[in-house]
Amino acid sequence: MRVLFFASVKDAIGADQLNLELPEGTSIAEMRDRLKGRFGRAAPHIDGSRVAVNAAFAEDPSVLKDGDEVAVIPPVSGG
Amino acid sequence: MARIGPGDRVYRLIVELTRKPIDRDRILRAIESDAAGAIAAFVGTVRDHHSGRSVRELAYEAYESMALRLMTAIADEMTRKWPLSGVALVHRLGNVPIGEASVLVAVSSAHRAHAFEACRHGIERIKADVPIWKRESYVDGTSTWVGTEPAAASLRPSAAPKATAR
Repeated sequence: MRVLFFASVKDAIGADQLNLELPEGTSIAEMRDRLKGRFGRAAPHIDGSRVAVNAAFAEDPSVLKDGDEVAVIPPVSGG
Repeated sequence: MARIGPGDRVYRLIVELTRKPIDRDRILRAIESDAAGAIAAFVGTVRDHHSGRSVRELAYEAYESMALRLMTAIADEMTRKWPLSGVALVHRLGNVPIGEASVLVAVSSAHRAHAFEACRHGIERIKADVPIWKRESYVDGTSTWVGTEPAAASLRPSAAPKATAR
């Protein structure tokens, strides 16, 4: 599934999006752990971010499906 | 531009992300209505300083599809809480020069009390939840994503990251 990164998280990971292969039934919490395992330097940014699935905020226990568009949303600063 | 909001209330809606200067006159005219005696507007503009540092320029980026969806939901929420004839939520993206407008929130309503309150609510909600980020570049060559922890703030000389289309 496609995972989008923005702002400080994007800089820490070094990419604005990745395609992640995740097993059926992976939760957002598990996806966070995967990302932190793969990109250790970005761990504090991932911990400090919210996650959106298909353009809506989602909580850590939520289960991801194939084809979901996931976004890692660091603290926002618009307005 | 007319939208049927909660409770079947019809209101004029403008929700935009733009890379051009915000056209305040056009937007305020678009939410005028014969039924509305009051228009309240908030304009956020780019300051030349932040936490004691001189700002050279700043740029906004957004998760655009989600930002537009949330801004529309915020407008619907505003019409649920107050009787409004029109709502405009406009945010600028990309580089915004010092002194220019980065965000405009405007509402029209029959009465000024509702217009003031709804306008305030609109900007507070945008600042709290809409996926838009501000990157400030300072005169001393450093830059930072506003709102990140001090330890995580980028101290590299500012260079715009190359983003793929999405």
